[in-house]
Amino acid sequence: MGLWESLTGRSRAKAPDLDNLFLVPSAAITLETGLGLGPTGTGSVCFRAPVGAAYDQVQSDVLALLGTDSTPAVEVTRDSFGFTWLVVSGDPADTGALCTDLHAVNSTLAEQGFDGGLLCTLVPFADAGGRRVGLVYLYKQGTFYPFAPQPGGAQRRESLLEISVRDALSAELPMEDDRQRWLAVWGAPGL
Amino acid sequence: MARSRFVNDTGLTVRMTSVMFLLGALFVGIVVSLMYAFPDYGLLFAIGGIGVAVYQWWSSDKVAMRAMRAREVTPEEAPELHGVIDRLCALADMPKPRVGIADNSMPNAFATGRSPSRSVVCVTTGILQTLDAEELEAVLAHELSHVAHRDVLVMTIASSAGIVAGLLTRTAQFGGYGAARRSGNGGGAPAYLIALVVSLVVYAISFFLTRLLSRYRELCADRSGAYLTMKPAALASALQKISGELNTIPARDLRASSAMNAFFIAPAVRSVDLRTLTATHPSLEQRLEQLARIQAELSRPTG
Repeated sequence: MGLWESLTGRSRAKAPDLDNLFLVPSAAITLETGLGLGPTGTGSVCFRAPVGAAYDQVQSDVLALLGTDSTPAVEVTRDSFGFTWLVVSGDPADTGALCTDLHAVNSTLAEQGFDGGLLCTLVPFADAGGRRVGLVYLYKQGTFYPFAPQPGGAQRRESLLEISVRDALSAELPMEDDRQRWLAVWGAPGL
Repeated sequence: MARSRFVNDTGLTVRMTSVMFLLGALFVGIVVSLMYAFPDYGLLFAIGGIGVAVYQWWSSDKVAMRAMRAREVTPEEAPELHGVIDRLCALADMPKPRVGIADNSMPNAFATGRSPSRSVVCVTTGILQTLDAEELEAVLAHELSHVAHRDVLVMTIASSAGIVAGLLTRTAQFGGYGAARRSGNGGGAPAYLIALVVSLVVYAISFFLTRLLSRYRELCADRSGAYLTMKPAALASALQKISGELNTIPARDLRASSAMNAFFIAPAVRSVDLRTLTATHPSLEQRLEQLARIQAELSRPTG
């Protein structure tokens, strides 16, 4: 935040950086070959939905946009922190189409002036043994980080798995360096 | 181009920057007149005033935490509070502040610290019991906006003219006695008397201006906080709950925490005389009106 913005007390919401989402398909291949983690075919966008007619209109626009071709199913859920998760599910083999859909959701929200409310996009991966890792994209920082909850519902993270995912992807994705920013998203859809 | 739903309150920006300009002019004015009146010590007063201001700003987090008897809590001790702040900081792209809880039944929250990366957000146990999760998030977003706007720094700089005037008043009292005694018939006294009067006047003007600035900064923090959570209504209901509760709390508790009023989300002391002029916070009606404008802008459908 610049000096003038501090003086006038006007912190505008930071504009999200959506383009890096298109790097996910190649990262998915790396995860599959390197760590045996395959895409689950779902992906979700987490954002803060404002109350009111404007947002209702945007949500129905998004649902109509994704519903036109019959493959992706869209589901809207709310979490305990008051954030809305828009879950897109499609063909596990086609991560590219999934990322295009996720990007469409994000850009529609941003175009309507709700870009400040976008928190993250999550693409879950799973291996044959049932371990799950979510690749989380933080828009405001423009970086990715892995989130791997331990199975069983206890709120503990598999740190070693997270670090190996980070190391596997650091060559092709901008990974978040600051571990403080590796936000835990317990109970996120698909994990 | 994406549309923006930011309510651009030009009037507020203009009023606020002119108050800051006046405070700056006041500081320069008192320092220059000091250097004319006392060529020997004039600069010393200015440096002393700035030194006190810098010290207040530098140690603001520790002093405030100690004054409120607050303790820092880890994510394990307060997972929900940390979870909410984590998400808000990710939304706002700001470093996460430390989190404190003060054992105090008065529902309030404050944020302080020398910079966004060295700041602390503190809530009282009273506010945790009074507000629901959504309202608490709105209050935390308001406090995080104070951190992002560097309000501690801005308010400390704004009060430096008052600090110099305060120093001068003290010294003029002692210096005046000393000089009167030395010169026997009070030859040195008039100069000190003038200094005393000038510093009292400057102190009074700077007092009202800093309070005015404080009210504007609160409105700015309300606005940014409401945009961060996208829920102006949650902040509105939190403010109503807090100010309603503050009126019903016994007076002893209120006075005990008067040192911290400028950094609270709602003031704990209600001055009856000159209330609108000396309040550190804008009136509830004013704050609710601004939030209603933001709500209208956020929910306005596009054609």
